[in-house]
Amino acid sequence: MVVKGSNGDTLLSIENLHLSFGGVQVLNGISLSVKKGDIFSIIGPNGAGKTSLLNCINVHYRPQHGGITFEGNELEHLKPHAVAALGIARTFQKVELFQGMTVLDNIKLGRHFLMKSSLLGSFLRLPNIVNDEMKHRKEIEEEVIDFMGLSSFRYSPVGILPFGVRKRVDMARALAMGPKLLLLDEIMSGMAVEEKEDIASYILDVHRDLGVTIVWIEHDLAPVMDLSNQVCVVNFGTKIAQGTPEEVQKDPQVIEAYLGRQKIT
Amino acid sequence: MRSLSQIYSDYFSSTAVFSYRQDERIFRTRFMRAWFTIFLILVAIIFTGSLFGIGANEYHYFIGNLILINLIAAIGLQLLVGFTGLLSLGHAAFLGVGAYTSALLITNFGCPFVLSILIAGLVASLLGLIVGIPSLRIKGFYLMVATLAFQFVIDYTIIHWESVTRGIRGIELPTPGLVGISLETNKAYFLFLFVLAVFLMWGAKNITRSKIGRALIAIRDNDVSAEIIGISIFRYKLLSFSISAFYGGAAGALFAGLLRTAIPQDYTFLHSILFLAMVLVGGMGRMVGTVFGVIFITLVPVLLDLLVSFIANVYDPNFTVYLGPMKELVFGALIILFIILEPEGLVGIWIRIRDYFRIWPLPYISE
Ligand SMILES: Nc1ncnc2c1ncn2[C@@H]1O[C@H](COP(=O)(O)OP(=O)(O)OP(=O)(O)O)[C@@H](O)[C@H]1O
Ligand SMILES: [Mg+2]
Repeated sequence: MVVKGSNGDTLLSIENLHLSFGGVQVLNGISLSVKKGDIFSIIGPNGAGKTSLLNCINVHYRPQHGGITFEGNELEHLKPHAVAALGIARTFQKVELFQGMTVLDNIKLGRHFLMKSSLLGSFLRLPNIVNDEMKHRKEIEEEVIDFMGLSSFRYSPVGILPFGVRKRVDMARALAMGPKLLLLDEIMSGMAVEEKEDIASYILDVHRDLGVTIVWIEHDLAPVMDLSNQVCVVNFGTKIAQGTPEEVQKDPQVIEAYLGRQKIT
Repeated sequence: MRSLSQIYSDYFSSTAVFSYRQDERIFRTRFMRAWFTIFLILVAIIFTGSLFGIGANEYHYFIGNLILINLIAAIGLQLLVGFTGLLSLGHAAFLGVGAYTSALLITNFGCPFVLSILIAGLVASLLGLIVGIPSLRIKGFYLMVATLAFQFVIDYTIIHWESVTRGIRGIELPTPGLVGISLETNKAYFLFLFVLAVFLMWGAKNITRSKIGRALIAIRDNDVSAEIIGISIFRYKLLSFSISAFYGGAAGALFAGLLRTAIPQDYTFLHSILFLAMVLVGGMGRMVGTVFGVIFITLVPVLLDLLVSFIANVYDPNFTVYLGPMKELVFGALIILFIILEPEGLVGIWIRIRDYFRIWPLPYISE
């Protein structure tokens, strides 16, 4: 199934990013723009700079040149937590959960910046703080935990969970943030086929029902070609092609540079 | 009122959770509630007993007071070290700041004792904010050295700012009072401290299960993703330092009140190490663990003292000379042994006992 091409406004635009660590050029003048309502996939070989690109969007990495704008906000002047508050959520390639906490608390943390805060209120557990917390708990239970099928893991410490479940918790935490833009970094890697199918249906639901724009990095090309409406191919920190899945699969440069002799079906 | 049969059926339906609010109570299970009730009843029995001269005497209450004051201080350090993952070697300095703030307020301005505790906490927490600033840039070992420097700066200031602190002679204090009631005896002071410690423990527990506490744990577990999902690292590290310092400062004021004097020897680097040991031995990142750690670190030297004087009495009074230094050695060895054998701290043992009894005597009812 291919998501119908969006004709919305630009949500995220990346202009001519250059990022290097010491002598290593990781991003080399990459530009792209993601429209509202896109499922925008980024593919490319290992070490192409895909994760680094997401780290730049989260302003965890600060590129030497170039700029990123999200809904008219220039991100380079912001701190990472402020970028999150704009509505950019993220899952991590290596699953960066909070090991010492339960699944529920991990997911609650996604809602951190939406919750009321007061030191005295928390200390004395004043009604307004507790009510706010319960309101968010209810929303999390109904919109995220049930949706992601995590009810039976609510009180498990995340450290003891199997990898596939941890990835779902990672996605649940991102969804709890109520994002406008969801960045997924190889959410399907290391998963069995059925798990991948579950994730694919979550992605479609999030996109369709919650209207979230998605930027999605994945190595497994089949689901990418199935679900995305835009595919961007990255190699050596630059974009070598972009278009609909059909266009990209036909692009001779892509076939040669990225896929080698392999043929996509 | 629920009928007996309802209560009975609730008991056996076990995990039934009635609302999210109930689900997020501190004592979530019947088992925990029962333990806490038993604990309170025990304290009440001991206390009323001693009113009639049975059981605990003034010396016992003095030890009890030490435990409670150490507990208040250690809760603060637990928040910083156990929950936020920031190591501090300068916690005793905050107690020193609190003790002297309170002493100066009482002797110079006639400030009531209770008010002086609050102000001591606030002054310490302000200093905590300043000490916390480097934590944005430096982590782990380097931050530890920065807190160590703070410890020595405070030590030096207390000893050498003689015009204010009276140097090593210290500041003598009047008998503490609580809005007209004298807290002269250790027993009275114990009751006051007990209520205060339970209140402060409850508050700390509330913080750890609020948005703030979760943010602290997130920073401890993974500061990169914490920031990316919307937590201001700097803000919460500073908050952690200042809350921790508040508990330290209040404990310092309470300690000066207990001894009726503020002297520099009570707030040294060695004390900072002992507070750290309380948190480590009790169990990092577990509020109840703090209680066990504090009791262990406070009581073991006392018990070793008893043991030595017992041996000296039975055999030869000269033994104290040989056994004196041995005490420290045994104490140190015990701490190391505990940390090696039970890396989760005493709370790890507690959890195993609890899990055993939780399903006792009906193993098929699990909660
Ligand atoms: N913090 C860093 N310091 C130094 N080099 C880095 C850093 N982060 C990334 N790199 C380098 O940047 C290059 C691109 O890494 P990146 O993780 O972005 O690739 P990727 O496209 O996500 O690869 P993969 O498909 O394997 O996940 C790699 O050579 C990596 O070593
Ligand atoms: Mg990657």
